[in-house]
Amino acid sequence: MKCQRCLQELSEYLDRNLDEGLRHEIEAHLEKCHHCEIVFDTTRRTIEFYCEGEIFELPSPVRARLHAALRRKCGTNS
Amino acid sequence: MGRPREIILKLMTETSPKVAERDESALVAEAKAGSYEAFEALVNRYEQKIYRLGLNITGNAEDAEDVLQEAFLKAFKKLPDFREDSRFYTWLVRIAVNEGLMKLRKRRSDKSVPMDDAVNDEGEVTPREFADWKPNPEQQLGQTELRAILQQAIASLPPILRVVFSLRDVEGLSTEETAATLDLTVPAVKARLFRARLRLREELSKTFKRETMS
Repeated sequence: MKCQRCLQELSEYLDRNLDEGLRHEIEAHLEKCHHCEIVFDTTRRTIEFYCEGEIFELPSPVRARLHAALRRKCGTNS
Repeated sequence: MGRPREIILKLMTETSPKVAERDESALVAEAKAGSYEAFEALVNRYEQKIYRLGLNITGNAEDAEDVLQEAFLKAFKKLPDFREDSRFYTWLVRIAVNEGLMKLRKRRSDKSVPMDDAVNDEGEVTPREFADWKPNPEQQLGQTELRAILQQAIASLPPILRVVFSLRDVEGLSTEETAATLDLTVPAVKARLFRARLRLREELSKTFKRETMS
């Protein structure tokens, strides 16, 4: 397998959408190719940073204004 | 002396544990039947995620707050029409995405924000950075610094890429749910996600790569 072909499957590999044969081919390539291995590993870590971390906090004044607006516009009929 | 305004707002916005524990479909049913308390419990559950989504789409705190408020106001109004053939959260995300995209279009009134065009003009995605990363860069950075780096990186993506990335990898929607939310095909979502992931990796590599010995 060539690097370009391996990289094309990067996203599908990380999402575990590939059949076993292609997955093994990619893993065999990654064992030999340090550059592709780095790209795969750091892409996986990129995704983990975003899906694991609460990168944005809801500031309390924003939350307070949201609830005040909702009560004002939606809460009166309850 | 406390801060009475904040305390009052806290009391106004907190829901009883009993409500918070209730099953989501029960909350949706109660909210549809007119219970504001049930609706507020749903707001409490998802407000953080919707704000984050608004920030990711618009890249701007002021617009994100508008998206947050408008999304929940619209959700409240449209709730009687929610047929429960999808998760409440997915339905809410769709409303928030539409609000976010409208904000972007208004800000870029000279240009539309296309969601369904070809991705060929979105720039080169061939990896250029092959240096390995430091083992745990997050441990060497403060939480605030790390957040700033992640926010800056996602803001550097074109809107069509950051919306897809936000829905799939940050909010955890499936490829199919993302496609339905954005009126894209599944292959189009996959192509954008691939580009978004690679471009973010390149951005983060600038900060996280190991220093090479000179």
